[in-house]
Amino acid sequence: MQRIIKNNEVIDETWHLLPKDATLDGISNCDDLIVPLALWRDHSHYLKARDGGLGVWLDADEEAEEIGDDANQLQVIALNFPAFTDGRSYSNARLLRDRYGFKGELRAIGDVLRDQLFYMRRCGFDAFALRADKDPYEALESLKDFSVTYQAATDEPLPLFRRR
Amino acid sequence: MRAELPRQNPITASQYAAVSDSPTHETETYMYVYDEYDQRIIEDRVQQLRDKTGRYLAGELSEAEFRPLRLQNGLYIQRFAPMLRVAVPYGQLTSRQVHKLAQIARDYDKGYAHISTRQNVQYNWPALEDVPEILAELATVQMHAIQTSGNCLRNVTTDQFAGVAADELIDPRPWCEIVRQWTTFHPEFAYLPRKFKIAINGSTSARAAIEVHDIGLEAVYNAAGELGFRVLVGGGLGRTPVVGAFINEFLPWQDLLSYLDAILRVYNRYGRRDNKYKARIKILVKALTPEVFAEKVEAEMVPLRGGQTTLTEAEVHRVAKHFVDPQYKALDNQDFAVLDKEHPGFARWRSRNTLTHKKPGYIAVTLSLKPTGVEPGDITDKQLDAVADLAERYSFGQLRTSHEQNIILADVEQSQLFTLWGELREQGFATPNIGLLTDMICCPGGDFCSLANAKSIPIAESIQRRFDDLDYLFDIGELDLNISGCMNACGHHHVGHIGILGVDKKGEEFYQVSLGGSGSRDASLGKILGPSFAQDDMPDVIEKLIDVYIAQRTEDERFIET
Repeated sequence: MQRIIKNNEVIDETWHLLPKDATLDGISNCDDLIVPLALWRDHSHYLKARDGGLGVWLDADEEAEEIGDDANQLQVIALNFPAFTDGRSYSNARLLRDRYGFKGELRAIGDVLRDQLFYMRRCGFDAFALRADKDPYEALESLKDFSVTYQAATDEPLPLFRRR
Repeated sequence: MRAELPRQNPITASQYAAVSDSPTHETETYMYVYDEYDQRIIEDRVQQLRDKTGRYLAGELSEAEFRPLRLQNGLYIQRFAPMLRVAVPYGQLTSRQVHKLAQIARDYDKGYAHISTRQNVQYNWPALEDVPEILAELATVQMHAIQTSGNCLRNVTTDQFAGVAADELIDPRPWCEIVRQWTTFHPEFAYLPRKFKIAINGSTSARAAIEVHDIGLEAVYNAAGELGFRVLVGGGLGRTPVVGAFINEFLPWQDLLSYLDAILRVYNRYGRRDNKYKARIKILVKALTPEVFAEKVEAEMVPLRGGQTTLTEAEVHRVAKHFVDPQYKALDNQDFAVLDKEHPGFARWRSRNTLTHKKPGYIAVTLSLKPTGVEPGDITDKQLDAVADLAERYSFGQLRTSHEQNIILADVEQSQLFTLWGELREQGFATPNIGLLTDMICCPGGDFCSLANAKSIPIAESIQRRFDDLDYLFDIGELDLNISGCMNACGHHHVGHIGILGVDKKGEEFYQVSLGGSGSRDASLGKILGPSFAQDDMPDVIEKLIDVYIAQRTEDERFIET
């Protein structure tokens, strides 16, 4: 079973991530599912009526606005990093947290490596599914890389100049 | 357009002047001094780099995993050795810092450093295992290499005469520092489509080249006397050179950082990532049109406006008080007529290498790092120590680097100018060629850079040798000659009055020549001449161009105007 980082701890993964081309065929009623945006857009009523937990994942070229004010109907929103060098999901994360007030779990998926976790957490991610070959216990250390930050972000609403 | 919100605590021109003119005695450096927070941030980075480099060298970390961090910390793997690029924020240095740079050149490199066209300092020969130690040494003098490479927010640049130029509206340096802090480890914009460069101009002339930056900011006062910025986006050199477009004619200073957040968010989300040659913000601005881009920024700005990132007067004052004037003496301007007459060499040097200072009796002096036979921008450890000493004795211990790859002593007493000239001659810094043909901008080229198609330094040298006759050089007059070894345009060839670009044709190095570029207020991009030329022909080609100019010019017509 894959293990993920959530709220600064390594825990067992209990959610199932459905691929981008997933359909409703064979969807179980009680599993906790993270479905692709397109499936949720087309079948949100059906998906919400299930007994299992519901999350949606956005690819880097999909926009936070597509979930918008519906964000808090979801337990999990996962944002994909097709490559660690693709920074679009940082902006989607901030929009979901800061603009749409999403309170649930915001999870980084895809090419998630330890050097990026510090920035991700600042942008509102609280869960990290590291790339399969990476050790989540080691990655946990990188959340302590910096002890001071200049900018306001999701984790710290005040910029340093209002705190110094 | 946007509605103006009522503003609390606007900084008016007179209030701003009051802040910058009231000297504090807290520091004697006249530039930003780190507090415990700033210091901790760079020390945390040293620790992070030390850990990663150790693990990489021990084989615990693959090159692919080490790369992202090294690339955001100025560490390139070049042809012969790693190249380490050290940030010189907006070109400001103290003597103490320059002595440290000299010591690093001596202890960890081959005894020299290179001033880049981004006002930074590069070392071409450090051993990878020494890099953490070099960074730790830099941290002791409040220096670092953060975000000097990679697709992130890079060093902020400005006018090399900031704070001393007579034609200045505001001192841009406090704003550069405020923006520097905002860029440092910005969590949302660490993985942009491409590198991103911001320049700030506080003067009525155009020494900061804001038109060719991703974002250019220009200080402006509105009718009510409040300070704001004109905002330009989408300028740049490289493969697709573009002069940027202004998208906001008056951004209140309080909104500066929020507006940068808004611009960067639009770029981070919509800038192209499929082709690195089309990934700069200039391509996005062009594709959307500047008007539509401005609308998107404004839409992003609506929820940000008035938020916690809104700058406060207290913060601007906290930073600005570091950039107070040094303790200038009350002096009169000197008359140099007699000295000029007795020493024509001094007169010639003074006319090219000095700039009028805002305070009577003072003058700003440019040290040429481009004597014939030396790679443009190269400086030895001994010379670094020497300039640091000169700065201590003649210019309040402060120095600046310029994007023309020279060094400036900004606060020299006019009464000491002649003595200083003598010392500069001894050290080889007195070549009177600032702004002339042999004061070229040149990238490291194929001798050092793995991206280059062709060598650029030997071209610079052969042209310098051809035009070594100073009388002829002065007769030619003001001329920017810029050389790049490849399309990436580190030598800014597009904005040279004469631009030279190294190209690869079936494995051989050739050079394309363009004419009529300019990086000044009337920014323009050069037009390419038909054929490309072989390396050996380049001095002849340039000489022929100059001959045509000399034959055709009318009196006092500069090369760029002909």
